[in-house]
Amino acid sequence: MLEVIQDNWDLLQDGFVGTLKLTVVCGIASLLLGTLIAACRVSPVPPLRWFGAAYVNLFRNTPLTLIFFAVALGFPKLRFNFSFFQFAVIALSTYTAAFICEAIRSGINTVPIGQAEAARSLGMSFTQTLSQIVLPQAGRAAVPPIGSLLIAMVRNSAIASAFNTTELMGTSSTMIENGYKSLWVLVWIAIGYLIITLTMSALLAALEKKLAVVR
Amino acid sequence: MTTDASDTAPKPPVLTKRDIGKDAHSGEPLVVLENVNKHFGALHVLQDIDLTIHRGEVVVVIGPSGSGKSTLCRTINRLEAIDGGRITIDGNLLPQEGRELARLRSDVGMVFQSFNLFAHKTVLQNVTLGPLKVRREKADVVTRRAHELLDRVGVGSQADKYPAQLSGGQQQRVAIARALAMEPKVMLFDEPTSALDPEMINEVLEVMRDLAREGMTMVVVTHEMGFARSAANRVIFMADGRIVEENTPDEFFSNPRSDRARDFLSKILHH
Repeated sequence: MLEVIQDNWDLLQDGFVGTLKLTVVCGIASLLLGTLIAACRVSPVPPLRWFGAAYVNLFRNTPLTLIFFAVALGFPKLRFNFSFFQFAVIALSTYTAAFICEAIRSGINTVPIGQAEAARSLGMSFTQTLSQIVLPQAGRAAVPPIGSLLIAMVRNSAIASAFNTTELMGTSSTMIENGYKSLWVLVWIAIGYLIITLTMSALLAALEKKLAVVR
Repeated sequence: MTTDASDTAPKPPVLTKRDIGKDAHSGEPLVVLENVNKHFGALHVLQDIDLTIHRGEVVVVIGPSGSGKSTLCRTINRLEAIDGGRITIDGNLLPQEGRELARLRSDVGMVFQSFNLFAHKTVLQNVTLGPLKVRREKADVVTRRAHELLDRVGVGSQADKYPAQLSGGQQQRVAIARALAMEPKVMLFDEPTSALDPEMINEVLEVMRDLAREGMTMVVVTHEMGFARSAANRVIFMADGRIVEENTPDEFFSNPRSDRARDFLSKILHH
Protein backbone atom coordinates (compact mmCIF):
# COMPACT_ATOMS: atom_id res chain seq x y z
CA MET A 1 0.00 0.00 0.00
CA LEU A 2 2.81 2.42 0.76
CA GLU A 3 4.32 2.04 -2.70
CA VAL A 4 1.26 3.82 -4.09
CA ILE A 5 2.37 7.08 -2.54
CA GLN A 6 6.09 6.36 -2.74
CA ASP A 7 5.91 5.87 -6.51
CA ASN A 8 3.27 8.51 -7.25
CA TRP A 9 4.20 11.24 -4.79
CA ASP A 10 4.46 14.02 -7.39
CA LEU A 11 1.22 13.02 -9.07
CA LEU A 12 -0.66 12.82 -5.78
CA GLN A 13 0.84 16.06 -4.62
CA ASP A 14 -0.27 17.84 -7.79
CA GLY A 15 -3.75 16.42 -7.37
CA PHE A 16 -3.89 17.39 -3.70
CA VAL A 17 -2.73 20.93 -4.45
CA GLY A 18 -5.25 21.13 -7.31
CA THR A 19 -8.13 20.16 -5.03
CA LEU A 20 -6.86 22.48 -2.31
CA LYS A 21 -6.70 25.38 -4.76
CA LEU A 22 -10.23 24.64 -5.98
CA THR A 23 -11.39 24.47 -2.36
CA VAL A 24 -9.89 27.81 -1.33
CA VAL A 25 -10.81 29.75 -4.48
CA CYS A 26 -14.31 28.27 -4.84
CA GLY A 27 -14.90 28.51 -1.08
CA ILE A 28 -14.16 32.24 -1.02
CA ALA A 29 -15.97 32.91 -4.30
CA SER A 30 -19.10 30.99 -3.30
CA LEU A 31 -19.20 32.63 0.16
CA LEU A 32 -18.98 36.10 -1.39
CA LEU A 33 -21.47 35.31 -4.14
CA GLY A 34 -23.80 33.50 -1.73
CA THR A 35 -23.80 36.48 0.66
CA LEU A 36 -24.52 38.83 -2.22
CA ILE A 37 -27.44 36.70 -3.43
CA ALA A 38 -28.75 36.42 0.15
CA ALA A 39 -28.60 40.23 0.42
CA CYS A 40 -30.65 40.38 -2.79
CA ARG A 41 -33.19 37.95 -1.38
CA VAL A 42 -33.83 40.06 1.75
CA SER A 43 -33.55 43.40 -0.05
CA PRO A 44 -36.45 45.89 -0.01
CA VAL A 45 -36.12 46.21 -3.82
CA PRO A 46 -38.47 43.69 -5.51
CA PRO A 47 -36.42 43.12 -8.72
CA LEU A 48 -33.39 42.19 -6.58
CA ARG A 49 -35.52 39.75 -4.60
CA TRP A 50 -36.79 38.20 -7.85
CA PHE A 51 -33.25 37.90 -9.16
CA GLY A 52 -32.11 36.21 -5.93
CA ALA A 53 -34.96 33.74 -5.94
CA ALA A 54 -34.48 32.96 -9.63
CA TYR A 55 -30.74 32.42 -9.13
CA VAL A 56 -31.24 30.01 -6.24
CA ASN A 57 -33.95 28.06 -8.01
CA LEU A 58 -31.95 27.77 -11.20
CA PHE A 59 -28.60 26.71 -9.74
CA ARG A 60 -29.84 24.66 -6.81
CA ASN A 61 -32.02 22.54 -9.03
CA THR A 62 -29.58 21.90 -11.86
CA PRO A 63 -27.16 18.94 -11.65
CA LEU A 64 -23.62 20.17 -11.11
CA THR A 65 -22.34 18.12 -14.06
CA LEU A 66 -24.77 19.97 -16.30
CA ILE A 67 -23.45 23.31 -15.03
CA PHE A 68 -19.90 22.11 -15.75
CA PHE A 69 -20.96 21.20 -19.29
CA ALA A 70 -22.71 24.52 -19.76
CA VAL A 71 -19.63 26.44 -18.64
CA ALA A 72 -16.99 24.29 -20.38
CA LEU A 73 -18.90 24.06 -23.67
CA GLY A 74 -20.91 27.27 -23.60
CA PHE A 75 -18.29 29.84 -22.56
CA PRO A 76 -15.85 29.13 -25.43
CA LYS A 77 -18.79 29.55 -27.85
CA LEU A 78 -19.33 33.00 -26.33
CA ARG A 79 -15.60 33.63 -26.84
CA PHE A 80 -14.81 33.57 -23.11
CA ASN A 81 -11.57 31.62 -23.26
CA PHE A 82 -10.61 30.76 -19.71
CA SER A 83 -8.43 27.92 -18.48
CA PHE A 84 -10.01 24.65 -17.40
CA PHE A 85 -9.26 25.56 -13.80
CA GLN A 86 -11.15 28.84 -14.22
CA PHE A 87 -14.09 27.00 -15.80
CA ALA A 88 -14.14 24.65 -12.83
CA VAL A 89 -14.10 27.58 -10.39
CA ILE A 90 -16.98 29.29 -12.19
CA ALA A 91 -19.13 26.15 -12.35
CA LEU A 92 -18.48 25.03 -8.77
CA SER A 93 -18.82 28.51 -7.22
CA THR A 94 -22.05 29.49 -8.93
CA TYR A 95 -23.55 26.15 -7.94
CA THR A 96 -22.36 26.21 -4.30
CA ALA A 97 -23.34 29.88 -3.90
CA ALA A 98 -27.02 28.99 -4.40
CA PHE A 99 -26.89 26.73 -1.35
CA ILE A 100 -24.73 29.09 0.71
CA CYS A 101 -27.25 31.85 0.01
CA GLU A 102 -30.01 29.80 1.59
CA ALA A 103 -27.85 28.91 4.61
CA ILE A 104 -27.10 32.60 5.17
CA ARG A 105 -30.75 33.49 4.73
CA SER A 106 -31.71 30.97 7.40
CA GLY A 107 -29.05 32.58 9.62
CA ILE A 108 -30.54 36.01 8.93
CA ASN A 109 -33.93 34.69 9.99
CA THR A 110 -32.55 33.82 13.44
CA VAL A 111 -31.68 37.48 14.14
CA PRO A 112 -34.59 39.16 15.96
CA ILE A 113 -36.39 41.67 13.76
CA GLY A 114 -35.90 44.32 16.45
CA GLN A 115 -32.15 44.40 15.73
CA ALA A 116 -32.78 45.59 12.17
CA GLU A 117 -35.54 47.96 13.33
CA ALA A 118 -33.19 49.56 15.85
CA ALA A 119 -30.54 49.98 13.15
CA ARG A 120 -33.01 51.46 10.69
CA SER A 121 -34.40 53.86 13.27
CA LEU A 122 -30.86 55.17 13.85
CA GLY A 123 -30.87 56.09 10.17
CA MET A 124 -28.73 53.23 8.86
CA SER A 125 -29.13 52.27 5.22
CA PHE A 126 -30.12 48.76 4.18
CA THR A 127 -26.49 47.91 3.40
CA GLN A 128 -25.28 49.24 6.75
CA THR A 129 -28.03 47.43 8.65
CA LEU A 130 -27.16 44.19 6.90
CA SER A 131 -23.38 44.43 7.15
CA GLN A 132 -23.07 46.02 10.62
CA ILE A 133 -25.94 44.45 12.53
CA VAL A 134 -27.67 41.52 10.84
CA LEU A 135 -24.94 39.51 9.08
CA PRO A 136 -22.50 39.48 12.04
CA GLN A 137 -25.25 37.98 14.17
CA ALA A 138 -26.52 35.69 11.41
CA GLY A 139 -23.08 34.16 11.02
CA ARG A 140 -23.21 31.92 14.02
CA ALA A 141 -26.40 30.15 13.02
CA ALA A 142 -25.25 29.94 9.40
CA VAL A 143 -21.79 28.46 10.06
CA PRO A 144 -22.80 24.80 10.68
CA PRO A 145 -24.85 24.45 7.46
CA ILE A 146 -22.18 26.39 5.55
CA GLY A 147 -19.65 23.89 6.87
CA SER A 148 -21.65 21.01 5.42
CA LEU A 149 -21.99 22.84 2.13
CA LEU A 150 -18.27 23.55 1.86
CA ILE A 151 -17.47 19.90 2.57
CA ALA A 152 -19.95 18.91 -0.12
CA MET A 153 -18.22 21.41 -2.39
CA VAL A 154 -14.82 19.76 -1.81
CA ARG A 155 -16.30 16.41 -2.76
CA ASN A 156 -18.14 17.93 -5.73
CA SER A 157 -14.82 19.29 -6.98
CA ALA A 158 -14.03 15.72 -8.09
CA ILE A 159 -16.31 16.35 -11.06
CA ALA A 160 -13.73 18.85 -12.33
CA SER A 161 -11.41 15.97 -13.18
CA ALA A 162 -13.79 15.05 -15.99
CA PHE A 163 -13.20 18.54 -17.39
CA ASN A 164 -9.39 18.45 -17.64
CA THR A 165 -8.71 20.08 -14.30
CA THR A 166 -5.85 18.68 -12.24
CA GLU A 167 -7.28 17.59 -8.91
CA LEU A 168 -7.08 14.71 -6.48
CA MET A 169 -9.75 12.37 -7.82
CA GLY A 170 -8.37 12.63 -11.35
CA THR A 171 -5.05 11.13 -10.25
CA SER A 172 -6.74 7.79 -9.52
CA SER A 173 -7.29 6.81 -13.16
CA THR A 174 -3.63 7.43 -14.02
CA MET A 175 -2.43 5.29 -11.10
CA ILE A 176 -4.92 2.51 -11.73
CA GLU A 177 -3.97 2.44 -15.42
CA ASN A 178 -0.35 2.09 -14.31
CA GLY A 179 -1.28 -1.13 -12.48
CA TYR A 180 -1.59 -0.04 -8.87
CA LYS A 181 -4.28 -1.72 -6.80
CA SER A 182 -7.37 0.46 -7.07
CA LEU A 183 -8.32 -0.18 -3.42
CA TRP A 184 -5.09 1.41 -2.09
CA VAL A 185 -5.18 4.17 -4.64
CA LEU A 186 -8.65 5.14 -3.51
CA VAL A 187 -7.75 4.85 0.19
CA TRP A 188 -4.94 7.36 -0.25
CA ILE A 189 -7.15 9.68 -2.23
CA ALA A 190 -9.80 9.44 0.49
CA ILE A 191 -7.14 10.36 3.06
CA GLY A 192 -6.23 13.38 0.92
CA TYR A 193 -9.85 14.57 0.93
CA LEU A 194 -10.13 13.93 4.66
CA ILE A 195 -7.09 16.12 5.35
CA ILE A 196 -8.80 19.01 3.57
CA THR A 197 -12.31 18.53 4.92
CA LEU A 198 -11.30 17.86 8.53
CA THR A 199 -9.05 20.92 8.59
CA MET A 200 -11.92 22.95 7.23
CA SER A 201 -14.31 21.58 9.85
CA ALA A 202 -11.89 22.55 12.61
CA LEU A 203 -11.55 26.09 11.24
CA LEU A 204 -15.33 26.45 10.99
CA ALA A 205 -15.86 25.16 14.52
CA ALA A 206 -13.43 27.80 15.78
CA LEU A 207 -15.26 30.43 13.75
CA GLU A 208 -18.61 29.34 15.17
CA LYS A 209 -17.26 29.79 18.68
CA LYS A 210 -15.88 33.21 17.84
CA LEU A 211 -19.18 34.38 16.39
CA ALA A 212 -21.18 33.33 19.45
CA VAL A 213 -23.51 36.15 20.53
CA VAL A 214 -25.00 36.06 24.01
CA ARG A 215 -28.58 37.27 24.23
CA MET B 1 -50.39 103.10 28.94
CA THR B 2 -48.22 100.17 28.36
CA THR B 3 -45.45 101.39 30.65
CA ASP B 4 -47.83 101.85 33.55
CA ALA B 5 -49.42 98.50 32.97
CA SER B 6 -46.11 96.73 33.00
CA ASP B 7 -45.05 98.54 36.15
CA THR B 8 -48.10 97.47 38.07
CA ALA B 9 -48.42 94.00 36.60
CA PRO B 10 -47.20 91.18 38.84
CA LYS B 11 -43.81 89.88 37.87
CA PRO B 12 -44.14 86.75 35.78
CA PRO B 13 -43.02 83.65 37.64
CA VAL B 14 -39.58 82.37 36.77
CA LEU B 15 -40.07 79.82 34.05
CA THR B 16 -38.21 76.56 34.21
CA LYS B 17 -37.77 74.54 31.06
CA ARG B 18 -40.50 72.30 32.36
CA ASP B 19 -42.95 75.19 32.43
CA ILE B 20 -41.97 76.20 28.95
CA GLY B 21 -42.76 72.63 27.98
CA LYS B 22 -46.20 73.03 29.57
CA ASP B 23 -46.88 75.96 27.30
CA ALA B 24 -45.43 74.16 24.35
CA HIS B 25 -48.65 74.40 22.38
CA SER B 26 -47.44 77.81 21.40
CA GLY B 27 -44.30 76.14 20.01
CA GLU B 28 -44.14 75.34 16.34
CA PRO B 29 -45.47 72.00 15.07
CA LEU B 30 -42.73 69.38 14.84
CA VAL B 31 -44.56 66.16 14.01
CA VAL B 32 -47.81 66.44 12.11
CA LEU B 33 -50.07 63.51 11.20
CA GLU B 34 -52.96 64.30 8.87
CA ASN B 35 -55.76 61.88 8.15
CA VAL B 36 -53.44 58.88 8.63
CA ASN B 37 -54.88 55.45 7.85
CA LYS B 38 -53.29 52.05 8.16
CA HIS B 39 -54.54 48.50 7.70
CA PHE B 40 -53.12 45.15 8.78
CA GLY B 41 -55.00 42.97 6.29
CA ALA B 42 -58.66 43.40 7.16
CA LEU B 43 -57.89 45.16 10.43
CA HIS B 44 -58.12 48.95 10.24
CA VAL B 45 -55.51 49.74 12.91
CA LEU B 46 -55.27 53.50 12.39
CA GLN B 47 -58.40 55.37 11.37
CA ASP B 48 -58.25 58.99 10.25
CA ILE B 49 -55.60 60.00 12.77
CA ASP B 50 -54.94 63.74 13.05
CA LEU B 51 -52.27 64.68 15.53
CA THR B 52 -49.87 67.59 15.89
CA ILE B 53 -46.93 67.42 18.26
CA HIS B 54 -45.24 70.72 19.00
CA ARG B 55 -41.60 71.33 19.71
CA GLY B 56 -40.82 70.68 23.37
CA GLU B 57 -44.09 68.93 24.01
CA VAL B 58 -44.44 65.61 25.84
CA VAL B 59 -47.36 63.61 24.51
CA VAL B 60 -48.34 60.38 26.23
CA VAL B 61 -50.41 57.89 24.25
CA ILE B 62 -52.48 55.45 26.29
CA GLY B 63 -55.21 52.98 25.50
CA PRO B 64 -56.14 49.32 25.67
CA SER B 65 -53.94 46.82 23.88
CA GLY B 66 -54.78 46.53 20.20
CA SER B 67 -55.91 50.14 20.10
CA GLY B 68 -53.20 51.05 17.59
CA LYS B 69 -51.03 53.16 19.89
CA SER B 70 -47.78 51.30 19.18
CA THR B 71 -48.54 51.31 15.46
CA LEU B 72 -49.13 55.07 15.67
CA CYS B 73 -45.74 55.50 17.31
CA ARG B 74 -44.02 53.34 14.69
CA THR B 75 -45.56 55.17 11.73
CA ILE B 76 -43.83 58.38 12.80
CA ASN B 77 -40.42 57.04 11.68
CA ARG B 78 -42.00 54.78 9.08
CA LEU B 79 -41.14 51.49 10.71
CA GLU B 80 -44.75 50.95 9.67
CA ALA B 81 -45.74 52.39 6.30
CA ILE B 82 -49.12 54.10 6.16
CA ASP B 83 -51.84 53.44 3.59
CA GLY B 84 -53.25 56.95 3.47
CA GLY B 85 -52.79 60.46 4.78
CA ARG B 86 -49.54 62.29 5.37
CA ILE B 87 -46.91 62.64 8.06
CA THR B 88 -44.46 65.53 8.24
CA ILE B 89 -41.52 65.94 10.58
CA ASP B 90 -40.18 69.46 10.98
CA GLY B 91 -41.99 70.40 7.79
CA ASN B 92 -40.58 67.53 5.72
CA LEU B 93 -42.91 64.92 4.31
CA LEU B 94 -41.88 61.44 5.43
CA PRO B 95 -40.20 60.03 2.28
CA GLN B 96 -40.39 56.56 0.76
CA GLU B 97 -37.85 53.91 1.70
CA GLY B 98 -34.31 55.01 0.82
CA ARG B 99 -31.56 57.49 1.62
CA GLU B 100 -33.93 60.38 2.35
CA LEU B 101 -35.89 58.30 4.82
CA ALA B 102 -32.70 57.16 6.54
CA ARG B 103 -31.62 60.77 7.01
CA LEU B 104 -34.99 61.70 8.45
CA ARG B 105 -34.99 58.70 10.77
CA SER B 106 -31.63 59.75 12.15
CA ASP B 107 -33.40 62.84 13.57
CA VAL B 108 -36.05 60.73 15.27
CA GLY B 109 -34.91 58.76 18.31
CA MET B 110 -36.71 55.49 18.99
CA VAL B 111 -36.83 53.43 22.17
CA PHE B 112 -38.41 49.99 21.94
CA GLN B 113 -40.25 47.80 24.40
CA SER B 114 -37.65 45.03 23.96
CA PHE B 115 -34.64 47.44 24.08
CA ASN B 116 -33.16 46.02 20.85
CA LEU B 117 -29.59 46.81 21.81
CA PHE B 118 -27.16 45.37 19.29
CA ALA B 119 -26.29 42.07 20.95
CA HIS B 120 -22.85 41.71 19.34
CA LYS B 121 -21.65 45.20 20.28
CA THR B 122 -20.59 46.60 23.63
CA VAL B 123 -22.65 49.22 25.42
CA LEU B 124 -20.27 51.94 24.24
CA GLN B 125 -20.32 50.65 20.64
CA ASN B 126 -24.11 50.60 20.73
CA VAL B 127 -24.09 54.31 21.52
CA THR B 128 -21.31 55.32 19.11
CA LEU B 129 -22.40 53.26 16.10
CA GLY B 130 -25.08 55.65 14.82
CA PRO B 131 -23.00 58.85 14.98
CA LEU B 132 -20.00 57.04 13.46
CA LYS B 133 -21.72 55.19 10.62
CA VAL B 134 -24.70 57.41 9.88
CA ARG B 135 -23.34 60.88 10.64
CA ARG B 136 -19.68 59.99 10.01
CA GLU B 137 -18.60 62.06 13.00
CA LYS B 138 -15.07 61.90 14.41
CA ALA B 139 -14.42 58.92 16.66
CA ASP B 140 -12.99 60.86 19.63
CA VAL B 141 -15.85 63.36 19.66
CA VAL B 142 -18.43 60.59 19.47
CA THR B 143 -16.76 58.52 22.18
CA ARG B 144 -16.62 61.47 24.55
CA ARG B 145 -20.29 62.24 23.94
CA ALA B 146 -21.22 58.59 24.38
CA HIS B 147 -19.49 58.44 27.77
CA GLU B 148 -21.30 61.62 28.85
CA LEU B 149 -24.64 60.18 27.79
CA LEU B 150 -23.99 56.87 29.53
CA ASP B 151 -23.06 58.77 32.70
CA ARG B 152 -26.19 60.84 32.36
CA VAL B 153 -28.45 57.77 32.24
CA GLY B 154 -26.46 56.19 35.07
CA VAL B 155 -24.69 53.32 33.31
CA GLY B 156 -21.29 54.94 32.77
CA SER B 157 -19.49 52.09 34.52
CA GLN B 158 -20.99 49.49 32.16
CA ALA B 159 -19.56 50.92 28.94
CA ASP B 160 -17.44 47.90 28.03
CA LYS B 161 -20.01 45.22 28.84
CA TYR B 162 -22.29 43.49 26.37
CA PRO B 163 -26.05 44.09 26.53
CA ALA B 164 -26.79 40.58 27.82
CA GLN B 165 -24.66 41.31 30.91
CA LEU B 166 -26.94 44.20 31.93
CA SER B 167 -30.29 44.22 33.71
CA GLY B 168 -33.38 45.17 31.74
CA GLY B 169 -33.49 48.62 33.29
CA GLN B 170 -29.85 49.24 32.46
CA GLN B 171 -30.37 48.00 28.90
CA GLN B 172 -33.28 50.35 28.38
CA ARG B 173 -31.27 53.28 29.71
CA VAL B 174 -28.47 52.41 27.27
CA ALA B 175 -31.09 52.31 24.51
CA ILE B 176 -32.15 55.83 25.48
CA ALA B 177 -28.51 56.96 25.42
CA ARG B 178 -28.09 55.32 22.00
CA ALA B 179 -31.05 57.29 20.64
CA LEU B 180 -29.86 60.54 22.26
CA ALA B 181 -26.40 60.13 20.71
CA MET B 182 -27.96 61.07 17.36
CA GLU B 183 -29.14 64.35 18.93
CA PRO B 184 -32.69 63.77 17.71
CA LYS B 185 -35.39 66.39 17.27
CA VAL B 186 -38.01 64.11 18.77
CA MET B 187 -37.92 60.90 20.79
CA LEU B 188 -40.43 58.08 20.34
CA PHE B 189 -40.93 55.65 23.23
CA ASP B 190 -42.86 52.50 22.37
CA GLU B 191 -43.90 51.01 25.73
CA PRO B 192 -40.40 51.49 27.15
CA THR B 193 -41.15 49.95 30.55
CA SER B 194 -43.54 47.15 29.59
CA ALA B 195 -40.82 44.47 29.43
CA LEU B 196 -39.20 45.50 32.72
CA ASP B 197 -39.38 44.01 36.19
CA PRO B 198 -41.36 46.33 38.48
CA GLU B 199 -38.33 47.48 40.48
CA MET B 200 -36.58 48.64 37.31
CA ILE B 201 -39.43 50.68 35.87
CA ASN B 202 -38.68 53.77 37.93
CA GLU B 203 -35.03 54.07 36.96
CA VAL B 204 -36.10 54.27 33.32
CA LEU B 205 -39.01 56.63 33.99
CA GLU B 206 -36.66 58.90 35.95
CA VAL B 207 -34.38 59.25 32.93
CA MET B 208 -37.43 60.01 30.78
CA ARG B 209 -38.67 62.61 33.28
CA ASP B 210 -35.26 64.32 33.15
CA LEU B 211 -35.46 64.39 29.37
CA ALA B 212 -38.92 65.90 29.48
CA ARG B 213 -37.72 68.51 31.97
CA GLU B 214 -34.89 69.46 29.63
CA GLY B 215 -37.40 70.23 26.90
CA MET B 216 -37.08 67.19 24.65
CA THR B 217 -40.04 66.61 22.36
CA MET B 218 -41.39 63.19 23.27
CA VAL B 219 -44.09 60.79 22.17
CA VAL B 220 -44.52 58.12 24.81
CA VAL B 221 -46.73 55.05 24.45
CA THR B 222 -47.06 53.68 27.96
CA HIS B 223 -49.22 52.11 30.62
CA GLU B 224 -47.49 54.12 33.34
CA MET B 225 -50.23 56.50 34.42
CA GLY B 226 -47.96 58.05 37.05
CA PHE B 227 -45.57 59.12 34.32
CA ALA B 228 -48.43 60.47 32.24
CA ARG B 229 -49.66 62.57 35.18
CA SER B 230 -46.27 63.94 36.14
CA ALA B 231 -44.48 64.45 32.84
CA ALA B 232 -47.02 64.79 30.04
CA ASN B 233 -48.30 68.03 28.56
CA ARG B 234 -51.04 66.14 26.81
CA VAL B 235 -52.60 62.71 27.02
CA ILE B 236 -53.93 60.98 23.91
CA PHE B 237 -56.40 58.19 24.56
CA MET B 238 -56.74 55.69 21.72
CA ALA B 239 -59.23 52.88 21.22
CA ASP B 240 -59.99 50.76 18.15
CA GLY B 241 -57.61 52.66 15.93
CA ARG B 242 -58.97 56.11 16.70
CA ILE B 243 -57.97 58.99 18.93
CA VAL B 244 -60.96 59.04 21.24
CA GLU B 245 -59.89 61.78 23.57
CA GLU B 246 -57.03 64.20 24.09
CA ASN B 247 -56.56 66.49 27.02
CA THR B 248 -54.18 67.67 29.69
CA PRO B 249 -53.32 64.85 32.11
CA ASP B 250 -55.15 66.52 35.02
CA GLU B 251 -58.34 66.92 33.02
CA PHE B 252 -58.11 63.50 31.44
CA PHE B 253 -57.57 61.53 34.62
CA SER B 254 -59.98 63.46 36.84
CA ASN B 255 -62.65 64.11 34.28
CA PRO B 256 -62.58 61.79 31.26
CA ARG B 257 -65.23 62.80 28.74
CA SER B 258 -65.78 59.58 26.79
CA ASP B 259 -67.33 56.36 28.10
CA ARG B 260 -64.49 54.43 26.52
CA ALA B 261 -61.87 56.37 28.50
CA ARG B 262 -63.89 56.18 31.74
CA ASP B 263 -64.19 52.42 31.30
CA PHE B 264 -60.44 52.08 30.58
CA LEU B 265 -59.42 54.23 33.55
CA SER B 266 -61.76 52.41 35.93
CA LYS B 267 -60.07 49.15 34.96
CA ILE B 268 -56.51 50.30 35.47
CA LEU B 269 -56.72 52.85 38.26
CA HIS B 270 -58.91 51.18 40.89
CA HIS B 271 -57.22 48.07 42.12
